[in-house]
Formats: sequence, structure tokens, C-alpha cells
Amino acid sequence: MGRHPFEEHLPRLRRYALALMRDRMRADDLVQDTLERALRKFSLFRRNTDLRAWLFTIMHNVHVNQIRAAAAAARTQPDDAGGEPSRAPLDEAAIARDISNALQHLAPEHREVILLVGLEQLSYEETARVLDVPIGTVMSRLTRARERLRALMSGEISPTLRRVK
Amino acid sequence: MSDQPPPISDDTLHAYVDGRLDAAHSAEIGTRLATDAVLSARVQAWREQNQALHALFDPVLDEPVPARLTQILTPPARARWLHMAAAIGWLAVGGMLGWAVHGKLEPATPIEAVALAQRAAVAHVVYASEVQHPVEVKADQEQHLVHWLSKRLGTELRVPDLNRFGYQLVGGRLLPGDKGPAAQFMYQEARGTRLTLYVAIQTDVTQETAFRYEAGEGVNVLYWVDHGRGFALAGETDRATLLRLGHAAYETLSF
Repeated sequence: MGRHPFEEHLPRLRRYALALMRDRMRADDLVQDTLERALRKFSLFRRNTDLRAWLFTIMHNVHVNQIRAAAAAARTQPDDAGGEPSRAPLDEAAIARDISNALQHLAPEHREVILLVGLEQLSYEETARVLDVPIGTVMSRLTRARERLRALMSGEISPTLRRVK
Repeated sequence: MSDQPPPISDDTLHAYVDGRLDAAHSAEIGTRLATDAVLSARVQAWREQNQALHALFDPVLDEPVPARLTQILTPPARARWLHMAAAIGWLAVGGMLGWAVHGKLEPATPIEAVALAQRAAVAHVVYASEVQHPVEVKADQEQHLVHWLSKRLGTELRVPDLNRFGYQLVGGRLLPGDKGPAAQFMYQEARGTRLTLYVAIQTDVTQETAFRYEAGEGVNVLYWVDHGRGFALAGETDRATLLRLGHAAYETLSF
């Protein structure tokens, strides 16, 4: 039996999903949702385009939908009676040591850009297509993402502080 | 041309870090960075980010991909059958199979047994290709499974042990049969090939049959009626294998 054309892209889809989600189970759930959606939409895939970029596009869309759904669910949750929610204290030293932690303190759109370019080594044009934004937006997000990550990892800024644009 | 080149843009710095510049341009930027401590620190940090990302996440590339992901992409041959079933409707498939089965068998084959084979074939096609929920009750609760299905069918059921053929019990489920409840037990061997055993009560308790074999498209069925119970083994395996499995199952099931 011939291998499915998606199969050779599975390791990289898993790598990207793991970097996004950090949790293995949730990462593979994201890959699974992506594959199921890709199979449903495969008839729309145009032969002469890049399958890998197309799969990353679908993963991006699934991921963004999940973030939106989670945000909507959080909005409809009634507030806790206690007022200020308690937060686990942030271990800033750990963030500096671990780029995985630092990534979690980037805005989702910044995290995606830095992962697609720096980890998945997509070209800037491919990244723009995957995220469906102009290439200028990719470049400006990349600068913000890399500079914020640098500041976080050097301890220059605390993750609790929001930088004002 | 001025002696003072324009400042290096962020875009160029990114392209330098990501290896997207041609060799000459890259060398030129490298030279200029050597005299600019601020910019070269920035570039160095960005490079280290890329390296850290690879160090952290590249190991996943060498891991085996979990079966639940590859399974989505490798629907076995039975999926063709399933697509066909979905396209033209289960009843039509049942009818077609019935017609095919009927045409080839000696007239002595009771209609009820033919219906059993049809239902077993369709049930196999539907559930053996199921990735997420192939069974209702898993094999780790085998006792409960057998007890539950025996109660629902109103007869004592036993689950044949097919381990020596490489088939391990996955679990089972309750299904609607022709005239009442039916049970399906599912087995799987190491390569993921699945086999199902379908059991239903037969209304004509006097009727007994020898093994009957029918090759369908994507699923073969071996079935027999014994002591008022109809059994059907369905799978993609060839006739000889199915017969061996059938004999082993019969030893457990005939009591």
C-alpha cells in the first residue's frame, strides 16, 4: 500500500505542534485535528502548491480557532467570588533558562511567527501565506517576537510586565 | 556613493540570521556587524534562539509517530468498502451482498443465516475501520463484556481465545441484529488487521449449518449456525486463515 502524501510531513507537524502546545498529548491532538481537517479539505488542495505549507496553514487555522474558542469559554465563565484570581508565582530564572517557558509569554501571533521561521525554517513568503498576513506584518512580528524573547531570556524584562507599544 | 552605508534594516538582519542572504551579501553584513557591538549582540541572541528551538524540539522528529496519527492516514482496504457503503446506503449494500451470497450458495442455506452474514459484514466494515471508538467495552473488562452481552442476547456467550493466531481481543459492542440484539467482538493482530466475531440468536432453533464462506469486496465472512445461535467471523484475511480461525472459535463457542 502506498504511503499517504501527508505522512512524510507528520514529524514536522508534530514538532511545530509541540512547540505551540508544550504538552505532548495536546500537541498530538492538534496534529490529529489538523489531519482530519486536511483529509476533508484535500480535494481543495491544488497540486502545484506546496503540501507542507498547506498543512501548516491548516494547523494554524485549527490552532487559532482553538484559542478563540478557549477565549470565548473563558469570557462566559462567571467570575470567582474571590475577586483577584490567584496566580502561581512566576519563576523568572526558569524562564530565562528555558526558551519553551519564554515562548509562552509571547503573544500567540508572535510565537507562531518565530516558530515558523526559526524552527520550521519556512521562508518569509511561506510564513505570510500560512498566517494569511502581508509579508511586512511577518517581518514586524518577527522583530517584536525576537526582541521580546531576547529580553525575557536575558531577564531584562519581567514576564509580568506588558510592554507598551 | 557615500562612504557611509545606510543602516542595516531589521529585515536584512533577520535574513542574515535565517541564512536567507546570498553569500556575498551575508559576508558584507558579517563584516559590518564586526564593528557594531549592539547589532552583533542582537544578531547573536536571535541566532541562539533558533539554536535553542532546534535543540529543544528537534528530538521529536526522530520519534516514532503515534499510531493514532498514522492510522488516520492509512485506512485499510476495507475503507473502500466503507465509502461505498456510505455512498449507496447500508441497506443497498446489504441487498447487494445478499444477492451475491444468495446466487452462489446451495438452496439449503437458510435465509436467516444469509441475513446474519450480511449484517456481520456490514458491522465489520463499519466498526473495524473505526479509529477512535472501535468497541464499547474494552478487553481489559472482558468479564464484564461477556456478562453484559450474554445478558442482552439471553444466551451464554464465550469469547474465543485467538492469541495463538496473533489476534488479541480488543473488546466488543452491542448491535441491533435482524430480530433482536447482536454482539460483536473485535480482535486485532500486530499489524493492525482486525477481525470481528458477530453473534446473534437465530429464531429457527432447529436449523444448523456447516461452515459457509463468502468473499465480499474488502471483507470475507465465515458463518455457521449452531444450537440456535448464529456466528459470523468477518475479516480481510483469506479463506484458509478464516477457516483456521473459525475452527478455533467453534471449539470455544460450541457448547
